[in-house]
Amino acid sequence: MIATGPANQDRVRQICLAYDAQPSALIEILHQVQDEFGFLPKDALVEIADALNISRADIYGVVTFYHDFRRAPLTGIDLKICRAEACQAVGSQKLAEHATTNNYTFTDAYCLGNCALGPAVMIDKKLYGRVDADRLDQLLRQKGE
Amino acid sequence: MMDQSAITLYVPGDSAACSVGADEVAQRISEIAQSKNIHIKLIRNGTRGMFWLEPLVEVQTGQGRLAYGPVTPDDVESLFEVDFLHGKLHELALGLTNEIPYFARQQRLTFARCGITDPLCLVDYENHGGLVGLRKALADTPEQIVETVTQSGLRGRGGAGFPTGIKWKTALEQPAGQKYICANADEGDSGTFADRILMEGDPFCLLEGMVIAGRAVGASIGYIYVRSEYPDAAQTMRRAVDIWRAAKLLGDDIDGSGQAFEIHVRMGAGSYICGEDTSMLESIEGKRGQVKVKPPIPAIDGLFGQPTIINNVLSLASIPIILAKGADFYRDFGQGRSRGTQAFQLGGDIACGGLVETAFGITMRELIEDFGQGSRSGKAIRTVQAGGPLGAYVPVSDFDMQMDYEKMTEAGAMLGHGGLVVFSEGVNMAAQARFAMQFCEIESCGKCTPCRIGSVRGKETLDKIMVGENVEQNLELLDEICELLTKGSLCAMGGLTPMPVQSAIQHFREDFAQQAKE
Repeated sequence: MIATGPANQDRVRQICLAYDAQPSALIEILHQVQDEFGFLPKDALVEIADALNISRADIYGVVTFYHDFRRAPLTGIDLKICRAEACQAVGSQKLAEHATTNNYTFTDAYCLGNCALGPAVMIDKKLYGRVDADRLDQLLRQKGE
Repeated sequence: MMDQSAITLYVPGDSAACSVGADEVAQRISEIAQSKNIHIKLIRNGTRGMFWLEPLVEVQTGQGRLAYGPVTPDDVESLFEVDFLHGKLHELALGLTNEIPYFARQQRLTFARCGITDPLCLVDYENHGGLVGLRKALADTPEQIVETVTQSGLRGRGGAGFPTGIKWKTALEQPAGQKYICANADEGDSGTFADRILMEGDPFCLLEGMVIAGRAVGASIGYIYVRSEYPDAAQTMRRAVDIWRAAKLLGDDIDGSGQAFEIHVRMGAGSYICGEDTSMLESIEGKRGQVKVKPPIPAIDGLFGQPTIINNVLSLASIPIILAKGADFYRDFGQGRSRGTQAFQLGGDIACGGLVETAFGITMRELIEDFGQGSRSGKAIRTVQAGGPLGAYVPVSDFDMQMDYEKMTEAGAMLGHGGLVVFSEGVNMAAQARFAMQFCEIESCGKCTPCRIGSVRGKETLDKIMVGENVEQNLELLDEICELLTKGSLCAMGGLTPMPVQSAIQHFREDFAQQAKE
């Protein structure tokens, strides 16, 4: 899935054209490219700049502004731990420490909108509630299988 | 079992319900029903908003809908054994859903259908009062619609509380041309989830509100800006838009009225600041979500330089019922200058967390103690943060404050988007104050100096206070930083970050002083 080359450049251009190469669709386009490639490869960004007729600098500005976009592949599973107040109140700090101790790679989220069922995590865009250390281990084991 | 007509069951498809196993419960129910050769009709409704009871399974019976919860996949077998499909008792039985006190005591206007209907069934929507407001609006003149909304007293539910009718009037008065309606679904405040519940549980209601808004101000294009942390809500909204297009409720000729309106769903990319009006418009245009100086206000010069209405999801979702039942009906709820209902959201360390829609004027104590039933952990409650990460930490001694825009401001707090996050004993308020500054540092758009630099200096100063370094002088310095942020920031992000910091110092000084003694 994660490889760049001429074929993928064609795919990036297709995605741009699906949005009529409108510069206003840049964020939608970046989402789709990242969903398909796993991250935003440099040559894909060049291709987008060309297709939308905007500068590479503008694209770089957008990619670096938003927390969602990554310019390198994930090293592990796509795990987000909610670190905002409602989850803090029910132990998300401990959960994050547990994740760190166990070398799970994760990103902080603020917030996942599951504030009555915290601590919340999101794995591959699926939301989980009332996640303690044991449940996190179990969820990641299931994903790893 | 004898052949019979299918029994209707409801298992929420809401992402919070699914976060604690609703999908697995629904699957188990289908499997067992199939193996026992029982005909069931399983509807994935929205959530009723009683999250401690999720997954909440409901069965349609002659007396009404009976609830069972919280149901785990392992409970399903025993539910079938006691014949729950005919409303028989089980240890998880909760009686009629509508009579559960938490639900029965609410005044559901905006969320009237949520959790009750099949979210993407248009027939169900109409059978439960949907489209009445839109049809009324299509028969009214734009001026009449704006007047109705103004008279209803509706104010911005995103937190700013600006009168919706006045905003609409400004856009209506702009010369005809391309105008836009933007639904702000970038619900980033911790402790809030009402927009998400509505989008997943009654998406057509938001669409109806947007089409009415378009008719009222002369806009033909709408955008729904959904945060990327809500992939299910975005998906539901996209499907809802497709269904409305197919039903000619969107397009060039809505419901045969000649009115045109089209809606696009746009996804954010993990930036809190994009919930700010001007920043959101930049993001919809495909740019960095940087805040712009106001004026010009978006109602005059907004998306792509055109007049644009930006309303919160809940403001727009309140429009259909206002049109359907009239301004007076809505106005009769609430008190003072806060009219109608507010969707309060109870989160954090709370036993009965969820959504409580009720008229303005209820006290914080009623919400936390009567609805919420105190803390989930069983520890004593220490504080509630009201109105999101930029809201004040309220001590228990202030819990009698009435929940409305003005009364909360008088009490040194703010309503915000209606979220209440409960913290119990053990929370370190100096750490919470530090987090507020850290959050501002992470999420600042970087445009103005007070917010970009002030947040970092604020965090550093709190670090020193927390290790007991020159506590008095540093608290004074922190106060100055807070004043600078409040007065010098371009938008509410920097402007309100001092609120949690200063309220924590004011009410929980011991947490800051204690550090000094060490």
